[in-house]
Amino acid sequence: MKKKIRMRVNGKKVEVEVPTNRLLIDCLRYDLGLTGTKEGCSVGVCGACTVLMDGEMVSSCLALAVFADGREITTVEGLAKNGELHPVQKSFIQYGGFQCGICTPGQVVAAKALLDEVSKPSEEQIKEWMMGNLCRCTGYYKIIESIQKAHQFAK
Amino acid sequence: MIPFEYRTPKNLKGVQQELKQFGADAKLIAGGTALVIMMRQRLVRPSCLISLRSVRGLSGIAQKDGGLRIGGLTTHREVERSALVRRQIPLLAETYRHVATIRVRNMATVGGGLAHADPNQDPPPTLIALGATVKASSIHGSRVIPLDGFFTDYYETVLKPDEIITEIFVPRLPPNSGGAFLKFLPRTADDYATVSAAAVVTWDRAKRVFTDVRIALGSVGTTAIRAREAEAVLRGQPVKAEALREAAEKAKQVVDPVSDFRGSAAYKREMAGVFVRRALEAALNSLPKKSKAKKQSRKASKRRKK
Repeated sequence: MKKKIRMRVNGKKVEVEVPTNRLLIDCLRYDLGLTGTKEGCSVGVCGACTVLMDGEMVSSCLALAVFADGREITTVEGLAKNGELHPVQKSFIQYGGFQCGICTPGQVVAAKALLDEVSKPSEEQIKEWMMGNLCRCTGYYKIIESIQKAHQFAK
Repeated sequence: MIPFEYRTPKNLKGVQQELKQFGADAKLIAGGTALVIMMRQRLVRPSCLISLRSVRGLSGIAQKDGGLRIGGLTTHREVERSALVRRQIPLLAETYRHVATIRVRNMATVGGGLAHADPNQDPPPTLIALGATVKASSIHGSRVIPLDGFFTDYYETVLKPDEIITEIFVPRLPPNSGGAFLKFLPRTADDYATVSAAAVVTWDRAKRVFTDVRIALGSVGTTAIRAREAEAVLRGQPVKAEALREAAEKAKQVVDPVSDFRGSAAYKREMAGVFVRRALEAALNSLPKKSKAKKQSRKASKRRKK
């Protein structure tokens, strides 16, 4: 049982035929080769698989690929523009938001969604927004700092 | 996940036709945050998913008959952020804000959550305490079901297989009323509650007595539980700390928790009492105070002058 879906992924039109039971994360990783999005817990808790659907963050491990039909999907691969990293990516590098790196794509995508709404979020706003993105290196201080200072890199 | 048919009807009539064709083997899907997990774990194996995602006219929040009408497809996040909800029934926005994480709230729908009927959910105790109702429709027409009595068992409701939750209705609080929802979270902020309690109180300001009280609990039974005996202790009684303690004791008697990694049954029962008392105190604290209201408006006028 297959279904053809048409979506925009990181600004590009994509048409792909998927089995109806394909998860969005598997479609992105295996059908489209966008392996930046990671699968962690598989039950929507850890945030590693965070992508944006029409600008809103969702767990791609809980979304069926068919949900993306007619929608705009943004993954971590879509944050850089014309070879230039997104401010939040630059800030993660500058302020040590990375540790082992497995949670980073989800952290960065979630932070991007926050910064789209609030250009200079407070620590409280960051904590509430990022609550669902787990870092098992427990390096939250640096992640929060990176998000707080991301505006420095915005033009 | 086993393969399944996926249908995307555009209106309610289309949904009903699909339901008729696939019968009890079909499952309705909206946000999918609960159902997809159950399907991945093979706890649920529908032969067909009927998506409500393209059905028009089932989302949105509007004022109606002294309360709010919330479409079944409205997301948790929309309820949480709605200026209308925050102004008219802030307790409702506050409760939906407690559910899981923003990612889940962006997807999960109000109707889907209630149909899922997990006793650990946050909205049911609050909706029961607020006296909310569910509107369900099928080819035979529609009916209105009080949330109190809607849940029958773990993941079970009074909904018939061909019924769809099209909207919920939440009445506004009467004057001189306050409400609170408290969620006991000893582990992580995005967890299910160990115990949750919602309380809505109405009092007679002049006589200083409770004229009405509604109390409901989550995570301490097979469904959200309304604590009628605890309410009865307070109704018509003076507002006193002793009465709140007595109500909390009564609430402990109606809960039936199970031991799990969030606490032993005995501990949860104890906490049910504690959280009912605290929810009542918080509800009383949220009562509009005349003097406070004046102070606020003074402050506001000062701000305006600046």
